[in-house]
Amino acid sequence: MRTKLALLLACSLASGAARAATAPAQEGGTAFGADWATWSAHDDVNNMASLQRGARNFMSYCLGCHSLKYERWSRMAIDLDITPDELQQYLIVPGDKPTDYILTAMPASDAATWFGKTPPDLSLMVRARGPDYVYQFLKTFYVDSAKPTGANNLRLDSTAMPAVLSELEGLKGAVFKEEPRVGADGKTITTRVFEHFEQIAPGRMDEKQYDEFVHDTVNFLDYVSEPTQAARRALGIWVVLFLLVFTCLAWFLKREYWKDVH
Amino acid sequence: MAPAVPPGAPPAKPGGLKAWFYKRFPVEEFLRDQLTGYYAPKNFNIWYFFGSLALVVLVLQLATGIFLTMFYKPGELTSFDSVEYIMREVSWGWLIRYLHSTGASVFFIVVYLHMFRSLLYGSYKAPRELLWLIGMLVYLALMAEAFFGYVLPWGNMSFWGAQVIVNLFGTVPGIGPGLVLWIRGDYGIADATLTRFFALHVAAVPLALLLLVMLHLVALRRTGSSNPDGIEIKERVGPDGHPLDGVPFHPYYTVKDVFGIGVMFVLLAIVVFFVPTFGGLFLEAPNFEPANPMSTPEHIAPVWYFTPYYAILRAVPDQRLGALLMFLAVALFVFLPWLDRSPVKSMRYRGVLSRAALALFAVSFVALGYLGLQPAEGTYVIWARIFAVCYFAYFLLMPWYTRIDKVKPVPERVVFRAH
Repeated sequence: MRTKLALLLACSLASGAARAATAPAQEGGTAFGADWATWSAHDDVNNMASLQRGARNFMSYCLGCHSLKYERWSRMAIDLDITPDELQQYLIVPGDKPTDYILTAMPASDAATWFGKTPPDLSLMVRARGPDYVYQFLKTFYVDSAKPTGANNLRLDSTAMPAVLSELEGLKGAVFKEEPRVGADGKTITTRVFEHFEQIAPGRMDEKQYDEFVHDTVNFLDYVSEPTQAARRALGIWVVLFLLVFTCLAWFLKREYWKDVH
Repeated sequence: MAPAVPPGAPPAKPGGLKAWFYKRFPVEEFLRDQLTGYYAPKNFNIWYFFGSLALVVLVLQLATGIFLTMFYKPGELTSFDSVEYIMREVSWGWLIRYLHSTGASVFFIVVYLHMFRSLLYGSYKAPRELLWLIGMLVYLALMAEAFFGYVLPWGNMSFWGAQVIVNLFGTVPGIGPGLVLWIRGDYGIADATLTRFFALHVAAVPLALLLLVMLHLVALRRTGSSNPDGIEIKERVGPDGHPLDGVPFHPYYTVKDVFGIGVMFVLLAIVVFFVPTFGGLFLEAPNFEPANPMSTPEHIAPVWYFTPYYAILRAVPDQRLGALLMFLAVALFVFLPWLDRSPVKSMRYRGVLSRAALALFAVSFVALGYLGLQPAEGTYVIWARIFAVCYFAYFLLMPWYTRIDKVKPVPERVVFRAH
């Protein structure tokens, strides 16, 4: 199944142009974002179209700061059914050869000065933290004027990463409630408990579009974290079948020999 | 051209190349002593698969390890990258690496089951004390091998795991701090530590393992295998001089073991191809982040096969006492042949006390393994203390409960149902 990347890009531009009205969504009775800790990325590395969209998303929005230092352009193109022409035309950074690793152009030392820390390489992020973690991280940015970037995150409190995707998802505020809790020492501590998000300003995407954007991006990062995983599972079926047949034959051979033992 | 050997001719007088070879190397004697003339009890059950399975896993680890060594580059700056290089760019590198990482866990699974078999059927009792002791040395070498190997990918859990384990040596009275420095070769876990662990993992410990496994087999050839009935089959010999209740190891047990190997490889393949991290038990998620001395993982836990001992370590408030008890938990196995006063070997003919003690021990070992993976807080620690007491009670009370336990009469011949 070869999905035309050009078509994808065109679609994305069209959808971006259609500014969606973003009312605070009520899903199944829960307030928007109240159940964020249970959100699942629903990643599926066999969904080639999703992986291709994820690659496009990554190159457009993440590569400015984050590298995929273990992944080569050419490897990605082969695994994701992207032709060399499409790679050259839409994805590859000018000046990079297809055999180069996918590296950000931002100098690490500058990045450390600007953000307080160098943005991490994302090659293995999904393996280290899990797809749901990355998915929840990208979906729980909220406005927090107390932070130097003006944004904070529920998944990773006080993250150094600015809310770079707010252009797409819009600005969200977080509503907290003060909850008194009796600590182990008997004293009452007031803790801030997150209640729900509220949309402050709309972005270029509505909630569903942004959700798909994050889903595709996390899916792509899942692929990058272990590029061989689809091939591994596909091969595994045959290996296990072979071994089952072998083991059955070994069982019959054993029975034949042991017939004589009384 | 060597003359054709007529069928049925005595193999002792072959011609040509075979004769040349046989004259210079005891091929036949070796095969006869080790395989066709080595009689094993015919009543082995499933528990007797795990010895040969352990040998197969050892070969698997050596073979995959050799290939990994061709691409792995030990060093603070190169280790992590070279493992990812193997996973992504070396042809079939991912398969070799997953076989090796899964093989390590499978090694411990089969060795633990192999050891449990000894507890179940009294295989450590006379005359197999030395066989048991050599086996314990194999187990120690295996633990060292696994620990060194775990450090090599230089992930964050490798680093912090090494930190915790090496610091345990700091609790040795007097020489502790100097000993830790000597092991690390630096003031922290660093490049020097990594490169020496590499040397130990790929050369020193595997050589020791091979030697010890060979000695284990030599000792086994002298005493012969135990069996589920705990009877010495050598005591009842037929007119041909072979044990009445024995069958030649080859072909009977080689063909049976091939079946066992098949089952093991099916399970191994399912893990390798479908769940290589085994939910974080075989490959832990924090180890996909490079070693970082500035960032401690949320919970530092060793790989599952060390967690029973780790739970004992953390159950004790005093670190030195905890380390001592942890060491004791391993060392007590050594004394089993002398702690066990039962007149019978097999659990089949022992009374309720021995059976209950062994069941409680097995439950404690598994429970401690689970608790060692949990954070050391609250009820987890309380339970770890309870199970640690049960663990030690199995050994320390053994002279008492095995002596007063009511035993059943042991049959003269093994119980065997033809199949």
